[in-house]
This record gives sequence, structure tokens and C-alpha cells, in this order.
Amino acid sequence: MADAENGYSKQVLIVGAGIAGMQAALDIANSGYQVVLVEQWPSIGGHMHQLSETFPTLDCAQCILTPRTVDVGRHERIALYTYSEIEEISGTVGDFRVRIRRKPAYVNWDLCTACGACTEACPQAIPVAFDRELELAKVMASGKVRLVGTGKAIYTLSPQAVPKKPVIDVRYCTYFQKGKCRLCEKVCPVGAIDYEQQPKWIEERVGAIILATGYELYPLEKLGEYGAGQIPDVIDALAMERLLSASGPTAGVMRRPSDGKEPKEVVWIQCAGSRDPEQGMPYCSKICCMYSAKQAMLYKHKVHDGQAYIFYIDIRSAGKRYEEFIQRAMEEDRVLFVRGKVSKVFREGDKVMVWGVDTLTGLPVEVAADLVVISPAMIPSEGTRKLATMLGVEVDEFGWWTERDGNLAPLETKQPGVFLAGAGIGPKDIPEAVSQGSGAAGKVLSLLSRWGGPSDPASE
Amino acid sequence: MKRIGIFVCHCGTNIAGTIDIARVIEEIQKFPEVVCALDYKYMCSDPGQQLIRDHIRDDKLDALIVAACSPAMHETTFRKTAATAGVNPYQTEIANIREQSSWVHQKQREAATNKAIETIRTIVAKVHYNQSLVPFYLPLVKRALVIGGGIAGMQAALDIADAGYPVVLVEQSSGLGGRMGQLSGIYLNFEAAPDLLSQTIEAVTHHPNIQVLTNAEVTQVGGYVGNFTVHVEQRTPEPPEPASATGVVPGNPVSYSFDIGAIVVATGYDLYRKERLGEYGGGRYPDVIDGLQFEAMLRRDGPTGGLIRRPSDGRIPKEVVWVQCAGSRDPELHMPYCSKVCCMYVAKQAMLYKRQVPEGQATVFYIDIRSQGKGYEEFVQRAMTEHDVLYVRGKASKVFQEDGRVKVWGVDTLTGLPVEVEADLVVLATATVARSDAQELGQRLRISMDEHGFFNEAHPKLRPVESLTAGVFLAGAAQFPKDIPETVAQASAAASKVLSLFSQRQMVQEPTIAYVDPEICSGCGLCIPACPYEARTMHEWRHIAVVNAALCQGCGACTVVCPNKACQVRNLTPVQILAMMEAYL
Amino acid sequence: MKVSYFPGCTLNTTGKGFDNAVRAATAAVGLELIELAEWNCCGATYPLIVDNMLELAAPAHVLVAARNQGSTVTTACTTCYNVLKRTNKFIREHPDERERLNAFIEAEYQGEVEVKDILHLLRDEVGFAAVQEKVQRPLKDLKVACYYGCMVLRPPAEVAYDDPDHPRSLDDLMTALGAMPVDYPHKNECCGAYLTVSAPEVTREMVYTILKSAQLAGAQAVVTNCPLCQFNLDKRQAEMAQFHAGFQSLPVFYFSQLMGLALGLDASEYGWERHYIDVRPLLNSLGL
Repeated sequence: MADAENGYSKQVLIVGAGIAGMQAALDIANSGYQVVLVEQWPSIGGHMHQLSETFPTLDCAQCILTPRTVDVGRHERIALYTYSEIEEISGTVGDFRVRIRRKPAYVNWDLCTACGACTEACPQAIPVAFDRELELAKVMASGKVRLVGTGKAIYTLSPQAVPKKPVIDVRYCTYFQKGKCRLCEKVCPVGAIDYEQQPKWIEERVGAIILATGYELYPLEKLGEYGAGQIPDVIDALAMERLLSASGPTAGVMRRPSDGKEPKEVVWIQCAGSRDPEQGMPYCSKICCMYSAKQAMLYKHKVHDGQAYIFYIDIRSAGKRYEEFIQRAMEEDRVLFVRGKVSKVFREGDKVMVWGVDTLTGLPVEVAADLVVISPAMIPSEGTRKLATMLGVEVDEFGWWTERDGNLAPLETKQPGVFLAGAGIGPKDIPEAVSQGSGAAGKVLSLLSRWGGPSDPASE
Repeated sequence: MKRIGIFVCHCGTNIAGTIDIARVIEEIQKFPEVVCALDYKYMCSDPGQQLIRDHIRDDKLDALIVAACSPAMHETTFRKTAATAGVNPYQTEIANIREQSSWVHQKQREAATNKAIETIRTIVAKVHYNQSLVPFYLPLVKRALVIGGGIAGMQAALDIADAGYPVVLVEQSSGLGGRMGQLSGIYLNFEAAPDLLSQTIEAVTHHPNIQVLTNAEVTQVGGYVGNFTVHVEQRTPEPPEPASATGVVPGNPVSYSFDIGAIVVATGYDLYRKERLGEYGGGRYPDVIDGLQFEAMLRRDGPTGGLIRRPSDGRIPKEVVWVQCAGSRDPELHMPYCSKVCCMYVAKQAMLYKRQVPEGQATVFYIDIRSQGKGYEEFVQRAMTEHDVLYVRGKASKVFQEDGRVKVWGVDTLTGLPVEVEADLVVLATATVARSDAQELGQRLRISMDEHGFFNEAHPKLRPVESLTAGVFLAGAAQFPKDIPETVAQASAAASKVLSLFSQRQMVQEPTIAYVDPEICSGCGLCIPACPYEARTMHEWRHIAVVNAALCQGCGACTVVCPNKACQVRNLTPVQILAMMEAYL
Repeated sequence: MKVSYFPGCTLNTTGKGFDNAVRAATAAVGLELIELAEWNCCGATYPLIVDNMLELAAPAHVLVAARNQGSTVTTACTTCYNVLKRTNKFIREHPDERERLNAFIEAEYQGEVEVKDILHLLRDEVGFAAVQEKVQRPLKDLKVACYYGCMVLRPPAEVAYDDPDHPRSLDDLMTALGAMPVDYPHKNECCGAYLTVSAPEVTREMVYTILKSAQLAGAQAVVTNCPLCQFNLDKRQAEMAQFHAGFQSLPVFYFSQLMGLALGLDASEYGWERHYIDVRPLLNSLGL
């Protein structure tokens, strides 16, 4: 990458390849600048990649996302480092030095053709992060029902993944754990499996940085009142997305984890950890009201005789066509909204009992549910604080990035040359994250233009 | 003879779940000129595209058909794939077997499979006649027009101007600042809006790349992306510099004309007129005011010098009631949507009121508290706990004056009991609505709007700041109600789109547009009014119709009206259409 | 001007005095009401409709009868007005249901008839100025609180010919008759309607709110256009003093009664004896 006369690098680092990071990368790369895009998962797309359909239009997430991931994956000015982490950043605006650590996939991606033979051959079914570590009931040869994970020890995130390259999860791989198996190596037609692969380090020099590090969900294990993650039929919202997704582990067929039965009574619980100062998260997670209504609608479209309940404190449908969407859920899909917080969830026989209160009637409510979907608080991605320390960029008490000014400089940090986008700043939905991705790109483009504009104009 | 390859996508189970792919492959292999027919789980994935490239190379294909989803989804994807493997992109066609077969005939496997086969057959017939085409190149004017001088417009203008491009900023009123300029302290930190804005206004007015035209209106927009011609009329020009060099008399409108490459629409919002809320006595009782009127009262430079006084008699109001959703979330009588910003500004106003009148009582009627933003929830909690603002969950049903007092009726839905509050002042959080002149502007710019007058974005999730008209971008509340940080982020996003556009050397136009065969055209002129894009004119002395390639969108309206078949759309000629029909029938 | 007239069952029975006054007063200002040759119950209470087809049949019958007799049908009963008006609109706007309904009632009706409330006709066809010219005995010094109820106002898009929140047609008529309408905020508040049967105490409190407000504004009497409202406002006053100490009763008139009086007509058949709160002391004191 040729630097400008003044010595500034016009290459841009973007941390996180979710929808916000990808949007920023495309806007900048399409304007003629080089982008280094770093993602910790093996493939890009972020959480949106896990979703079934999206509110308020019920577009299939994969369908609208795939063109973007393909564009990013193919873009000649985007250097994509997936399964990678930022290990070190130093320097200042115009001259940041970045050290990127590429985790060993134990597969030589240059050789791999993504034929899928390795995954097919792998004997080890494991719970995978992409499917929220769901374990689903499976009838074994012995006739016993066991809960098994939805992935394999060597896996790619999804059929449409970009890049579509497998990685080995050494925690589960029989070879790494017990020293034998090597089935994947045997079936790989191109000899791409490399059990000896070492991490790789890449050094890049960049002029500006966009932090699009995104969010995680608060772990169910920490929500004791909702079963602390110990009840198989109490799942979190992203797990529900996987169960609803046509490309998910059940191919979109509505089945509950514990016994594979079609759930007839499903309860959604809002504000699990959010708006709860005692849990340490007094803030609202912003998107749960909408996605729960969406999930309840999708559920009803699959299980016509099912009943969907949503326990809520306030319905927050503030967005274009959002209010109308909620009304549709209530009126057309007969989703029952119960205003009140759930006090307790526990197992009774093959039911999950939900105790709550309907604050509009003042009466206690008990639902014997087949499946309970929790909307846990959104929390910043793991590693945000570490990155913050490295960069000298502030985060707030919860770990969200701190803007230079909440109102007038929402995409800038106090550190010159370091910009923000997406849910790493705080919970937000897709359109807002996309706006911010473009917005941060705009800030970067303004900055880079001052250094003489692209050395590689994007003209076709 | 062509060498056509057909690639059938399973789209996971979207297609393969309904359509018998094996039978499709078996049948389509028999079609003329088809050299290979293959299927794959996700053709749009990396390996899927690689499969296509490999077969282009190995089977020496010169045309390909991808049987998959709608062309709106992946036509561009596969045309790019074709191009990278050396096949002219316009020799690539999509056969839509998802939206038009598997999705609509989900329970009819046999019929859906047959339909998919027939669909592919027609596309094979079309591809036989496809020509290899190359895009047009058009000049690109690297100057932006920003309409609206509120915070959205100013931010967009600054971002574009900072990147070195000239910007014309047109503002209807006499000054910059927009709605934010009417506010007092803003949430969350109560910073004075005028102070915050002054820096931005300063930066805009003194920016060497920004030309600000206040009291001005965009009266005419012609042309197309990269090459708009925009007329602006300025009503009362700024006082002429030393002497009246231009001979402009104040009061006479001045017309400007600009060549513009991209337009950012940042025209903001209006408040629903409180007079339309008869149930709340809007416009009837002096002590029933709207949110912006209360803001004015809170400003040091406002009519009361920043003191909260009720309009009727100038007394300090001891009981103030805020009525939320006044005209919002009311599909029966007013607006069905949520106005998004009211919950927060009401909490802010109630807190500012309590700071000024600590012994006063602030009551807020609400349906749901929507404090979704960073620090917003905590802010509302502070209003409740630290400032003792009383939140009553229930819609106010009626505001009326009786015996000299304003009274508010509502119901507390948590106790189920009716509530009556005697108030000294009632603030209606009236709905945020599209500006009354939005429709006119939308027509001028040829951008669409929703049923409420808000401009439509190109895609609700992935293209939130683009309009469906190339080169016209959206920022701020003109698209939908939004608060300041969201508006600012969106403005920068719109700027980013403009900067991306301006980074091109020239404009590229799709070649699949209409042309007029000069040998056949009789100059009847029927196609001129038929063209919805004003892309057709009569040649001055040849007396035949000519196509403006930059404006033509290839819709085909001209081909329908042309009595001589002189108007044709490239790669969708009458010959092709007939061949397709023949193949199908 | 001649207009078809649908009295409805209330005005044919308990509201006979209202009906007599309507017929006499309208005739005196040149509005000739021609009672429908045959008519049946309007169906009552449109909002309670559960089975559309069946419930629409009764009002549709009335509308067909009206169509056979002229282009406009009027009624003085606000409930009948509400039901007929909304049924007519429904028939106009729903071609499929219209077809089924026609098959059911064996008619060919497309919604051709115009349904208008009697007060609407007085305001727009006769004109309050014309009424004022015919006044013989102005209701001088009578401070009235005009009460509209809901049937001619809600839902606004379907039935209202007046501002639904701040109506004024009755006030304007009273002004024309020489009375002084008072401004008070509960002209359109709910009177309790049928709760008067199942929960009379609820209705009583609602009536109290309305009457109290009218008295605060200085009203000596209430005037209304709705039979059910008249009943509730009048009847529920009987036990009012037990619950609201010091409550002073207020006579509740039909507008047509006052109109007849002002026009100098013979008012002996206006059903005065049916009022629960005696109206005669007030009328005597005003020399009416």
C-alpha cells in the first residue's frame, strides 16, 4: 500500500465483520481505499448471520445478508482476516501499527475447496457457538434419547459462510483430546488438514480504525430465576433464531430441544437482565421487543394451533413500521402480550412452568409452557475492554464504547482516527447498525481525503 | 451456436425442499445449446460461484443461466462471477425458481418442479438471442446539494465538504439549526442546544467548500445521478456586500442554477398540529401547549427568558401534565406509528421543570415508556426517582377546562382506576409528522414516500440512507422520526454514500436500456409521453425519437406504444419475448 | 321540503313527546316529514353486532323502505341514526357483503339513500337563521347546557356532521331560539348508556359529572337530542342527592320541545308529564 507524500497510511482497519463492520468496509473500499477487516469468528456476517427472518419486513436474514458477505469476500480492496484477533495496536492517527493474530484452524485454507467431506466424516457431534450450543434430542441406536450438539468438531459456520472454510474445535476433537482418529485428514481430497498448524501473525500499518465489535447476550447461566441454563427447553433468543432458521439445525422445523416435540405453548420473557440495576444492567437492550414479536409471529406461522405469550414491561416499538408490526403480531397472529415481569421459571414434568404477574389485572399468571425463550440483556463483545486499553479509547461502566459526544459526535472517540459503529456502542438494530457503519465510513473518508484522496480511484 | 451452462441452486431447502432438483437437471440437460447443467446447495456461496467459474473454463461456456432466487437478489452477484471468468455479464440470466416456483407452490412438488423446468426453458430461449453488451460511461459532477439546514443537513454538508468537495446547502428558513435550534437543554446531559449548535453552524458558514443559501428553496430538479441540474430560488437574499454589486434588490427572489452530482435530503419533520387534537383541547385552551412550545419556554432567549410560566396568566405552574402519544399510536383518529422521541424529551422536560419549580408536581401519562438508547433507561429512572416525576400508565382520554382550571382525564391501567388531574399547564407530546411540503419535494426529486409522507429508504435494513432514486440520499427525520444522535449518524452515512459516489472517475450506466432504430422510427412521438423517466426526446432535425441513455431505466414502456417496433430494449427484444413464449407454450 | 322520516321504536313509545315536538317544530320551519310507509326496528346498537349479516338485515330493511320512498331519510333518534348511517356506509363500501346481504333480504340495495340526522337537516337544509326568523317567543334568559352524547359524533369518520370533540350544532340552534347556551367541557361525555340497566350507580356518577359541570357553567337546564341520554340524565337525578349532598336537580329537555315552545306552537302533547325532573317550574318562571 503506497502511502501519501505526508507519510500517512490511507489503509483502514475495521475490527469486527458483522453488518456494521461490513458496511463500513464496503463503503470505504468502494471509495478506493484499502481495508483490513478483522473478525474473530471463522466467517463474516456477525450475529445477523445467525438470524432467521428480520423485522419488520420478515425478510430472510441469510437472503439479504449473503450478497453483502459475498461482496466483502470478493472485494479486491478488502483484506479479510477471519478467525483472527487484534493482539497489539500502537501509534496515532495516520500511523497506527496493528498486530493481528490468526488462530490456527488446523486446516490449510489455501488448499481447502470447502467440499465438506471432513465435517461429514467427523464422528464428534458437538454443541457449537454458532447454534448457541444447542443440544437437541436424538434417538440413539440403543433406542435411548440423548441430547446432542448440532455441529461437528470440524465445522464451517453455515453453508453460505464467507469464507467457507472449516476450523477444528480442539476442545472436542478426538485427535486433539485422545491422540487418535484423524478421520478428517483421511477423507480430505486435497490434504488440507494440518494438525500442526501454528498461529500466524500479520503486521499492518493503518491510518484510521473503525471499531465495530458488536455485542453478546448475557449468559443464561447467570439468570438463576430463569433456570440458570439448566433447563433444556429454556433457551435464549439467538438459540430460538437458530431453531426458526431454515438453515438452522432443525431446518426451520419447530422442535423443542428436550424431546423434539412441537411446542404448543411458548413463552417469551423480555428484559432478562436488562432494565435490572440489581443484575448490573440498568439499560434497555433496545431490540428484544421487536425480535420477540417477530419470533412469536414466525412461531405462529409454523404452529398454527400454538399459543405464544410475551411477558414485557413496556413494548418498545419505536421505529419505522415497528408499531404497526407489533399490532400485527397481536391482531393477526394472536400473540398474547402480558404486561409484567416473570418471577420464576422451573421444570415440572415435561413442562416448563412460568410464574409471573399481569400488572394490568394485578393477578398472578402461571403458564405451563413447552418452550421458554429468554431475551437476555445485550452486553459488549468479549475482548472489548482489552481492545479499549490497547487503543486508549474509553468504555463506559458496562463496557460499551464511549462516544466523543453522545449527541453530535456519536461515531467518534476521543482518540483521533478511531471511530465507532454498531452495537459495540450500545444495543441497536440492523438499520441503525448499517447507518452507523456507513456513517463511520463517512468520517473516515472525510479524514482520508485530507491526506490526498485514494491512490487507487474506484473507477471501473 | 451458444454454449450455455445452467446452474441450479437448492437455496438450502428453500428450493430443494419443494422442487425435485434431480428431475430438473435431467430435463434441462436436453435443452438446445445446453452444455452442462449442475446443482449446488447455495450457488451464491463462495464454492458455488467457484463451481460456476470452473465450468465456464472447463466447458468453454459463453452464456449461463442460474436457476435460483429473484434476479433482484443475485443477478449482480452472478454477472460479476461470469465477468471474472471471462463471460460477458449480459450473457448471464437468472431463472427465478424460488419466489415464482418453490415458494408459491410449496405443497405441489410435481407442479412446482414442472414450472421450474418451463421457467428455465424460456430463459434458455432468451439467452440464445442475448447480445454481449458493455456499460455506458457518463460524466460525474462532484458537487453535492444538501436540502435542509438542520443538524442532519449540516452534518452531511460538513462531512462532504471536509473531504474536499463543494456543497450547496439550501435552507428554507432564514437561519441554520433547524428543529434542534428550537430546543432548550437536550437529553441526556442538558447541554444547551444553541451552544452545541453554534459550533456546527460556525463550521458550516465558514467552510470554504460550503455555500449556504438560506431563505431558499429547491424549485426544480432535472437530470440524473452524477448530472443533476438544480434550480434554487432565494427569497430575501442576504444583505448585499458593501455595495449592491449584483444589483439585487432585497425582496426580489434570486434564482440559482447548479450542476450537482448527488443530493442529500435532510428536510426534517413537523409536529402534528395541536389544533387537530380536539380531545385534548389543543388550540382551544391557552394553557395546553405542545412540546416545542415548552422547549421555547425553557430557553434563555425564549419568550419567557427561560422561566416556566403558563401562557394564560403568566403564573408559575404548580401542576404540569405531559400527555404522551398525543396523535401517535392512534390508527383510528391520528397517526398509527410511534413518534420515537417523545418519551425521552418529556422525561427531560419534566426534569427541567422540577429543577426550576422543585415544589411543583410533574405528571406524565404514557402507554409504554420507550427509553431505548444508551443511558436512556437510566435517564427516565432518574426522572422518576430523583425528580419525583409521576408516571401514570394510561392514555389521557380528555383535556378540558372547567371552572377556570385545566383538567386531564385518564386511566391508570395499573390500578384500573380513572384519574383526574387538575393542571396549571398541559404539554401535549404531539406526533412527529412529515413536513407538509415533503410531497412536493419528493415529486421534484422523484423519490417515493410512505403513506404518512416520510421518504422511503431503498431497503429498510440494508440501505437505510439511500432513496430508490440513484444519487439521492436521505438523512434525519425526513425518513422517519429519530433523535439527535441517530440523525447525526445517519447524516454521516448519507455523506459516506456521496463520498463513495464521488470517488468514481465517472458514472457507469447499465446497457440493458432502450434504443430506437433510426431506420424504422417514423417520428410519431408516441414514446415521448410514454416514458416515465423523461428519457425520450425528438431529434431536432432528424425527426426521430432519441434516447437519453443516462435517464433510461429500461422499463420498456416505449416498446409497448411504438407502432413500428422501432423502440426496443437491449436483450429483451420482441424476438426474444416471442421466443420465450414459444418455448413456454 | 319533504323528507322521509323514520321514527324508530323509542319515539313511537316512551319518546312520543319528543316525536310530537319534532314533527310539529320541523313542520313549522318548512320541513315536512313523511313517515316511512312501513318500517321496523333499526336493529339498535351497531357496535354490539356480532354476526354481521344477520344484524345488518334489520337496518338494511329500513334503508330499502326509505329508498323506495325518496333519496334522503331522517330520524330524530340518535341511536337509529348511528345504526342506519353506519349500515349504509358499510353496504356502500363492501360489495361482497352487500351481495350476500341483498340475497338474504331479497332486495337490490347499493346504499343509494342518504341518511341524515334531523339536527343536521335543520342546520344545513333549513338553516338556523331561518329558524330564528320564525321564533315567536324567544327563550330569553334560559341558560342551557347542550348535551350531544356520542351517537351523532362517534366514530367521527362514519357519522359526525359536527366537530366530534367540540360540537356546536345544538348550541347554535339554542342561540337561534333566543336561549343562552353555556360552555362546559362535557357536552360529548358518555352518559353511561346501557349501564343504566346493569350498573345504575356507574351511570349515576357519569351523569353527575356531566350535570355538575353544566351547573358550574351556570346552566338552568340541559337540552339534548338523544333519547337514551335524556333518560339517563333525567332519571338518574332521582337518587342523586343521597350520594351528592346539596345536589340541585336540573330539568332535561329535548331540543324539539324547546323549539316548539319558542316557535309558539301548541306544546300540550310534548310529553312533559314523562319527565322525572319536573320541567314546569322552570318554564313557568321564564313565562313559557
